[in-house]
Amino acid sequence: MGQLFDFTEVFNNLDKIAISFWATIRLAAVTAVLSMILGTVWASFRVSPTPVLRGVGTFVVNLLRNTPLTLLAAFCISALSDILKFHFSETPSVNGYWWAVTALSVYTSAFVAEALRAGINTVPLGQAEAARSIGLTFTQSLRMIILPQAFRSVIGPLGSVLIAMIKNTTIVGAVAYGVEAASEMKALFFDLGATLPMFIGFAVGYLVLTLPAGFFFGWLSKRMAVAR
Amino acid sequence: MSRDEATVLFDAPGPRARRRNLTLTLVSALVILGLIAWIIYDLADKGQFAGELWKPFTQWDVWRTYFIQGTINTLKAAAVGAVLALLFGAVFGLARLSDHWWIRVPAGAVVEFFRAMPLLILIFLAFFVPATVSPIIADGPLGNFQRVMVENVFSIFGVTINNGTVTVPAFAAVVFGLTLYNGSVLAEVVRAGVQSIPRGQGEAAFALGMRKNAVMRLVLLPQAVTAMLPAIVSQLVVLLKDTSLGYIIGYEDLTSYGFKIEPANFHNLLQAAVVCAAIYITINLIVSRIATWLEARSRRSRKSITTMSAGASLPAAGMASSGADAA
Repeated sequence: MGQLFDFTEVFNNLDKIAISFWATIRLAAVTAVLSMILGTVWASFRVSPTPVLRGVGTFVVNLLRNTPLTLLAAFCISALSDILKFHFSETPSVNGYWWAVTALSVYTSAFVAEALRAGINTVPLGQAEAARSIGLTFTQSLRMIILPQAFRSVIGPLGSVLIAMIKNTTIVGAVAYGVEAASEMKALFFDLGATLPMFIGFAVGYLVLTLPAGFFFGWLSKRMAVAR
Repeated sequence: MSRDEATVLFDAPGPRARRRNLTLTLVSALVILGLIAWIIYDLADKGQFAGELWKPFTQWDVWRTYFIQGTINTLKAAAVGAVLALLFGAVFGLARLSDHWWIRVPAGAVVEFFRAMPLLILIFLAFFVPATVSPIIADGPLGNFQRVMVENVFSIFGVTINNGTVTVPAFAAVVFGLTLYNGSVLAEVVRAGVQSIPRGQGEAAFALGMRKNAVMRLVLLPQAVTAMLPAIVSQLVVLLKDTSLGYIIGYEDLTSYGFKIEPANFHNLLQAAVVCAAIYITINLIVSRIATWLEARSRRSRKSITTMSAGASLPAAGMASSGADAA
């Protein structure tokens, strides 16, 4: 029974585990930035005064939220990259990395957009009316009244989206990239045998990535909460 | 949807704003039409509209062998996973509310652990690990227990044991992952739901002389379930989407059948992806519609209870969640 919890292989391969988590972090960091930008675009579409843009925003967000990420990632790498020949780079691993980032960013952006829109909706209409009645222009009321309140209430939901995104790197990694932690765990399972300690090693890695982020966003959203 | 009334962002438009909105509408419509035209031109240029690529979808045999079979497998994994996840969620959600720390703390640790794990590595755990670990257990004191458990309980999911080596089929691995991950999320939903009930409800029930058990069973839970329903249904949509992870370990779900096996025979990957996505979106929209309907219904019947809205995401693992978040 003792050999069930023999951690020597984990400690011997710590460098490989660390490298694979570094790949996960690189994937997540770039995706965080891109999905924020894209999500802001969709959210601004959805709250715009233009019916066409609102329709497009709603359509895109619903499309993305109801499609499995696995299908989206497989579509990106097999259909867009392999069949339609849209390549980011001639090197397969670089191409895979950017398609993984693209799939995850596009997918996550829909959830970012929903969080942002919900945040704007938490600002009471009276705040906007008061801002207009004291003569603030559109940009002024947005900058000084609405966005500061919306931003605060959005921190919690956005944190949840980001943490879900960190966990979703495993999916795009396994489908399109193949170097990050979940893929590395599978590779080590094949090389050294699928043991519990190896799983625990990677599980701890993910705990280290997601739990502190959760504590941080929980603390921040509580601290920044708008008292109404 | 005409928006001539004021919103948080925009005041009710006057004549000038209306003109400006009209210009913006025209410009954005042109840009979007241009974008669509470019995509269609590019796809046509690469021969993706060729008749033979779309022809398989007009044949009933293709639908039956691939898409319908795949959808059935997806729904099967989702249904089994949903039932087990709901059970897991109910048990651990209530355990976290227990008065005894020796129930509350371990249940909390289990829930927080599985909520923080990516679903895929849980599926890998169930799929790869038993084959190497089971022979060692079989030689140990728990060998007999393992055999009995696999033969009597886990065999329902297709798990087999041969000379002490346990083999887990892809279906069972997917269900295992879905149960633990979504079950943990549902446990949080249950906990938040019960905590969102006004405190006076429980206090009044205790004052009537009810025991803990009766308070929970007769007073808190019935109200909590009404409040939780939309959140539960939207988590079930997540669960349904997550079944597609079976594709990675070779479970024959809709993604596998529609995106790997069918295109391998007909060489129409792009077209198959469109059909698969359409099926997923249809199923999910139906389930979401049910969630919206449930939310509207529960809002009509109980004015006093704030429903946990279907769209609101629960705080992720580690984020201190109190009843206040859900209310």
